[in-house]
Formats: sequence, structure tokens, C-alpha cells
Amino acid sequence: MSEPLRGVVVSHGDIAQAMVAAVEQISGVKGALVPVSNTGCDRGSIVKRIGDAVADHPAVVFVDLPSGSCLIAAMQRARDGQVPVVTGVNLPMLIDFVFHRELSPEAAAARVVKAGADSIKQPA
Amino acid sequence: MTVVLHRVDDRLIHGQVVVGWAAPLGVGFIALVDDQVGTSAWEQDLYRMGVPSSVEAIFTTLAEGVRRYPEWAADSRRGIVLTGDIETMAGLRQARPEVSHINLGGLHLKPGRRERLPYLYLSDEELKFLLALDGAGAVVTAQDVPTSAPVPIRALT
Repeated sequence: MSEPLRGVVVSHGDIAQAMVAAVEQISGVKGALVPVSNTGCDRGSIVKRIGDAVADHPAVVFVDLPSGSCLIAAMQRARDGQVPVVTGVNLPMLIDFVFHRELSPEAAAARVVKAGADSIKQPA
Repeated sequence: MTVVLHRVDDRLIHGQVVVGWAAPLGVGFIALVDDQVGTSAWEQDLYRMGVPSSVEAIFTTLAEGVRRYPEWAADSRRGIVLTGDIETMAGLRQARPEVSHINLGGLHLKPGRRERLPYLYLSDEELKFLLALDGAGAVVTAQDVPTSAPVPIRALT
């Protein structure tokens, strides 16, 4: 059996840490997600933080905004290895992810994009 | 003057620049002067993703930025000139004295630096260099977003 995927959640401020804590509380799955904040970082040190979080694990990187320093750093790290990047991270996509860590990184990324988008609704 | 902001920010084009400054200043272009990004089409595509379609993103090396600065200054649109480090902005200022005001928007922790403001970390040598730049006629201030007050570099000593 291959190693389960790791999710690396990259955000401005403390959002990633709070999202990871919330997902662990909701799902009961611990250790599947690693938070990374860009606080205090220049572009090089954000790339390093992401690289340290991914390490040599098969992973998907989740980013808060579809532009900006977190995405740039994630894309730079992704370019060095086969690590898909997903933007617009939300709790539904992370919850879906922690229960499907046996997938390939690419398949998991495609799945969570759909799960995240499907969760955005306007209830009547 | 159509270049309304000369900013040093080691995160280059990011939220504070695009949302915080470019929108309220009504800029039509952002010129990023950076030797690394200026020669990397791949990185330029990434940074362009963060810029709204109403704003032109321009990428140059320092040498090309020095050459093109008069074109930006004469542009009918308002613009931001951005560098990722002090040295590049100082190089631009040396060649183009029209770079009269320098905004320190974000320089983060690195070995040898210490915190001067929450968004501004400088080594003693960097601070000394910026004070000399300020003393030589440039107006050097720190300000992360337009809604915060500018801090003169002399106030950080």
C-alpha cells in the first residue's frame, strides 16, 4: 500500500492553522494536514516552509487565494516536484481530502476542486 | 508625475500591492523591476495571474527598467514601480533621480536583520544605507498599506 497523501494548507495569517484544527475536530482525522502561514516571510522563505511541510511525501498543496505570495510560492515548490496546487481552500474540500488520501495526488486534487466548488451554495 | 508609488516589497506583486495600493490609487500599470522575474517568462505568468485585467503588468530587469523609466514617467496612466529589494530600487534611483520618493512596503526576516516595524526587518547596514539615501535627497518612508501612516526612515533609528 502506498503512503497516504499529505495535505499542506498555505494561507495568509493564521487561517491555515485554524482550518486544519477545524478539519481535525470535524473529521477526527489527525496528522493528514500541515498548516503553513506566510506571516513574516519573504518569497524565498514561504517556498522553504512549503518545501519543509511537503518534505518527500506525496502531497497536495492547498492555497487560500488564487493569486499572491502563497500561490506563487506554492507554484514554485510544485515546479520542483509532482505536487498539485489547489486554490480557494475551504473546509469541505479539506474534509473530503482527508477521507481520500489513498488517491494519486492528481486525482485527489481534481476531486477536492469539485468538492470545494460544490459546497458553495445559496440556500433558499 | 505618473509613477505614483516606488515600492520595495520582497513579496513583489501580491495582495497588498494589488488590492491595497493599486486599486485606491487607480493605477493602470505595475512595473516590476527584478532581475530574476524579469528573465523568467514562467514566473511572469504567475505574477500576472494576480493582476486585474484593467492593470498592465510590466516585467523588466534593472538595466531594462532604467532604460524604460522615462516611458513610465511619461505614461498617461498612473503607475507603480516595484522592486523586491533595496539594492534594485537604489540602482534605479541612482540612474533615474526622478525616483524621489521610496516606499518600504515589506521586507521580512533574514539573517542579520531585526524588526523595525511589523512588516519591516532591516540589518543595521541596510538602515544606514537607507538613511544615506534619504539624506542624499530621496524621501524614504515605510508604509505597508495606504490606510497606515507613513513612517520616515529617520524615525527608525
